Amino acid sequence: MYSHILSIILFTPLVGAILLMFVTRENKDAIRWIGNIFGFLGFAVSLPLVPWFWALKDRAGFQFVEGAPNNWISTIGAGYVIGIDGISFLLITLTTLLGAISILSSWTAIQERVKEYYVWFLVLQTGMLGVFMANDMFLFFVFWEAMLVPMYLLIGIWGGPRKLYAAIKFFLYTLFGSVLMLLGILFLYFHHHTLTGIYTFYLPDLYATAPKIGGHAAIWLFFAFFVGFAIKVPMFPFHTWLPDAHVEAPTAGSVILAGVLLKMGTYGLIRFSLPFFPAVSMTPWVRQFMVVLSLIGIIYGALVSLMQKDMKKLVAYSSVSHLGFCTLGIFALSPLGLSGSVIQQINHGISTGALFLIVGILYERRHTREIAEYGGISNVMPVYATITLIMFMSSMGLPLLNGFVGEFTILQGTFMENKVWAAWAVPGVILAAAYLLWLYQRVFFGSVQNPKNAKLTDLTGRELATFVPLVILAFAIGLYPQPLFQILATPVNNLVATVRPDYPGLNKPVVAAQPAVNANPDAATPLPEPPKAPAMQTAPASGDTNQTGVAGRVERRFSAASAPSSSGESRASSPAALATKNTPPLVPVKTAQANLAPSPAAGGK
Amino acid sequence: MTTSLTQSLSFSGTDYVLSLPMLLLTLFALGILMIDLILPKQWKQANAFVALAGIGFSAIAVVKLHLAYWIAEQQGLGVKNVGFMGTLLVDRYALYFFYLFLLGAAVAILMSIHYLEVEHENHGEFYALLLFSVVGMMCMAAGYDIVLLFIGLELMAISTYVLVGFLRRDKRSNEAALKYLLLGAFSSGIFAYGLSLFYGLSGSTNVGVIAQKLQENLAARPHDPVVILALLATATGLLFKIAAVPFHQWAPDAYEGAPTSVTGFMSVAVKAAGWAMLLRIFLWGLFPLRPMYVPLLIFVSIATMTGGNLAAITQNNLKRLLAYSSIAHVGYMLLGLIASDGQTNSTGIMAILVYLLVYTFMNLGAFAVITSLRRRNVIGDEIDDIAGLYFKAPTEAILMLVFLLSLAGIPPLAGFWGKYFIFLSLIQTGHYTLAAIGVLYSVVALYYYMRIVNAMLMRQPVEAAPVHTSPAMRLALTITAAGTVIIGLFPNAMISAANWSLGLAQGSQHMAALLR
Repeated sequence: MYSHILSIILFTPLVGAILLMFVTRENKDAIRWIGNIFGFLGFAVSLPLVPWFWALKDRAGFQFVEGAPNNWISTIGAGYVIGIDGISFLLITLTTLLGAISILSSWTAIQERVKEYYVWFLVLQTGMLGVFMANDMFLFFVFWEAMLVPMYLLIGIWGGPRKLYAAIKFFLYTLFGSVLMLLGILFLYFHHHTLTGIYTFYLPDLYATAPKIGGHAAIWLFFAFFVGFAIKVPMFPFHTWLPDAHVEAPTAGSVILAGVLLKMGTYGLIRFSLPFFPAVSMTPWVRQFMVVLSLIGIIYGALVSLMQKDMKKLVAYSSVSHLGFCTLGIFALSPLGLSGSVIQQINHGISTGALFLIVGILYERRHTREIAEYGGISNVMPVYATITLIMFMSSMGLPLLNGFVGEFTILQGTFMENKVWAAWAVPGVILAAAYLLWLYQRVFFGSVQNPKNAKLTDLTGRELATFVPLVILAFAIGLYPQPLFQILATPVNNLVATVRPDYPGLNKPVVAAQPAVNANPDAATPLPEPPKAPAMQTAPASGDTNQTGVAGRVERRFSAASAPSSSGESRASSPAALATKNTPPLVPVKTAQANLAPSPAAGGK
Repeated sequence: MTTSLTQSLSFSGTDYVLSLPMLLLTLFALGILMIDLILPKQWKQANAFVALAGIGFSAIAVVKLHLAYWIAEQQGLGVKNVGFMGTLLVDRYALYFFYLFLLGAAVAILMSIHYLEVEHENHGEFYALLLFSVVGMMCMAAGYDIVLLFIGLELMAISTYVLVGFLRRDKRSNEAALKYLLLGAFSSGIFAYGLSLFYGLSGSTNVGVIAQKLQENLAARPHDPVVILALLATATGLLFKIAAVPFHQWAPDAYEGAPTSVTGFMSVAVKAAGWAMLLRIFLWGLFPLRPMYVPLLIFVSIATMTGGNLAAITQNNLKRLLAYSSIAHVGYMLLGLIASDGQTNSTGIMAILVYLLVYTFMNLGAFAVITSLRRRNVIGDEIDDIAGLYFKAPTEAILMLVFLLSLAGIPPLAGFWGKYFIFLSLIQTGHYTLAAIGVLYSVVALYYYMRIVNAMLMRQPVEAAPVHTSPAMRLALTITAAGTVIIGLFPNAMISAANWSLGLAQGSQHMAALLR
């Protein structure tokens, strides 16, 4: 179980989908039960991962690695390799939780073609988990594309009136981005072959060679990947598929779409764009461009939300705004910004997922989402109104709830980089409060004007059960976010160290170069503060002298381990670094490469 | 590989063994024509089984040739693969296509059994013609002499003209056959003209000798107008056969009018034969002219992708839509020939072979589903006819979804691999713009495939007639679906097969066959 935990998590939903195919379609209740059992099982099998991962959270690189490079399609060098780090761990847990909740929420909402619905939903679940787990570019791409099909069908079959349009738009937009990304992947693959003579899609190997691409090629590639991810996020000019898809999708589809699918874009930026092209990411105009797009997204999304008449559309546009914060945090390129971004992604999954459920509950009762149709709902549905209020507060970033933690950290991280960027982002928070509170006022306060609303029933036990875990998580993260930061510290610091080897004052020493750090973060010596932290700086050198990608794996480990010493003497002599050299690595060396590989850019300053 | 032109003018055992796959097919085809006379009307299905048996025996002969290669490789020996005084070259490349043609023909026969009964055209000649056309295709793949290539082409084409017009009572079928015949004959004439010029230039009909002489000629006169004229005429004939824009006009009409199972057969086997001959001529015979024909191919490829994809968007007839989509696929395949010359880089050539194989499975599968829509009084080839298919025949609908997604190139289905290797070869050789154009057109392609999916899964049925699939059709669907899914998930064997057929040793970038 321990060594195959990721495969078990990945394939549990698929097993459920295959089992469901053997149930006759008339037997709707049996189908619902099996669907829900596997939805819940998918979440249950991911629970043991929490303590297990917690124990390994300070290790650099991918954990729980399964499979080996090139073991799937040996003729082209693609492998079934899965593994997780802190970032993917959080997103996987979010995926399994939201998956279980959305399946539970569909019990009464889906009355037609029930069997297919649960089959596609479970297949979708496997596809999404695969995207977050893949340690092989090819495997990643397969999951990334294959997952589009079930989502397309969920929107297209069980969607609203304009479902066909929305479904095909979703599919075409995402495919457009991903085919360009495919060309980018093939370029990296071929580039790796030119440098090393080996054809492989193995991610840590590509981490080692991709940053060596320079000049215009790197910029083109960066944008090939960027378009793929930006469409998924969606960032500002690419966002038009999102309102359509969200509005037309069934409730559970919207929850998954907002909660998980959008995170694939931000995950891709963090996992691939930054470490593959560190020099391009740090190029001032590229970074500025990304930040401006994020800021436009934040403000534009919020303003458009403000004037929506349809509740679901309002929530959909609020996603554009919230995801703008996430990308802003990513391109702040500081540990705080990146941690904040990941935490905000989790929070957005929790709170926006809940918002879609909330809208779905009213829609199931009244079959309309027009805000004007409602008013005074708190009189007839008090429990529902309370939960809605909590989730609205969480979404708008009220302190003590989860949304605040993410947004605040992102703003803090951005402020330290550039005060102007942060200043432009702040109105987003205010506008979020405006559109959500105004929505709440119009729907819930006052007296019941519309006679159709007079007899609405409050939440049933099943509906309440879908909200309870989300409310608990919203409070838990809001009150004590420390564990999240601890889980994210290692991967985020390593990432920043990769992209900006000269970044000052990381929370803990840069352990990017070491395969297995089991030292307590507090025991390590922090870096000496450099004279001043430049707010904006040019890209660190792209050249690299002390590491050749061709080197054998073990040699690479040591040569890379010495890399930081060229930028700061104190780092090499830190206890953590010394300890590692003597301790045999607890993880296979291959997995450790993930972080040590891209470090060559050290010494750029 | 020994090109022995000095062989004596007599038949030998080698000739017999090399031509055995074709001989067997011919024998069975003639047998069908005779048996058909004595078969009572209700027993006409027996013809199909005789034809399948013929394909089976032919396949055994191919496997024997394959084994001979395998044994020779194990022992490090050469293989006698040249027969009939240097005109027939059954190399590994030809064997790959033999398998492909037999597979396509077998599935097409399975699709036809019930279909012909519904159409009241259940005659033995259908299967005989099908087998004759396969013989022609084999000559096209294995011909190493322009005369044999041309004879093979004509044998295949004439059989296909008749097959297209096989529904004698159907006006569309007659019209399609006539159009196809006229344009086909015209293009064959141009093609023959080009070949005759090459004969005049080189003094030989042997492909290898033509290549040699062209090389010498080119060194003496780099811009000989006769060479250019010959190249243009030959290329026109070849591009017509694979239905590349601007020589594609016949394809939609012929595809729409032909019996659906024949349409499926034409779109895979006939097209693969055209490709086999095109590659044989362009990479072997006309290799010295490569700098001249690549710009031409770039133009044709872009035009083909554009024409095929954009025209497919507006089609409402399923067969016509798939006809345009198959034109678009030819455009992608041409990219592989542009990227790779077989000397410095062979990925593109290998991509074309892979593409043709996966295309056989997925496109035949799609046509099999459309064929099963044909019922009494329902023609079943409009998009409206497939609407709500899920409610009437869920299995067929899901299989069609698989085939269409595969055609659109969504991983992990077989169709993805064709595109993957095409784009890989373009990236390897630095053709970034062409690669970008190619992938963007594959997004356009998704749109029209999804129109069919929308109709099948998301609309209510327009007409209520139930869908009936015969056991043979179910077998055809099983074969094509299994091929599409299994190759998609585990393509190793297929990739190795394509590499083997091009003589690409592990890690080698060259086509051994070209290095003779």
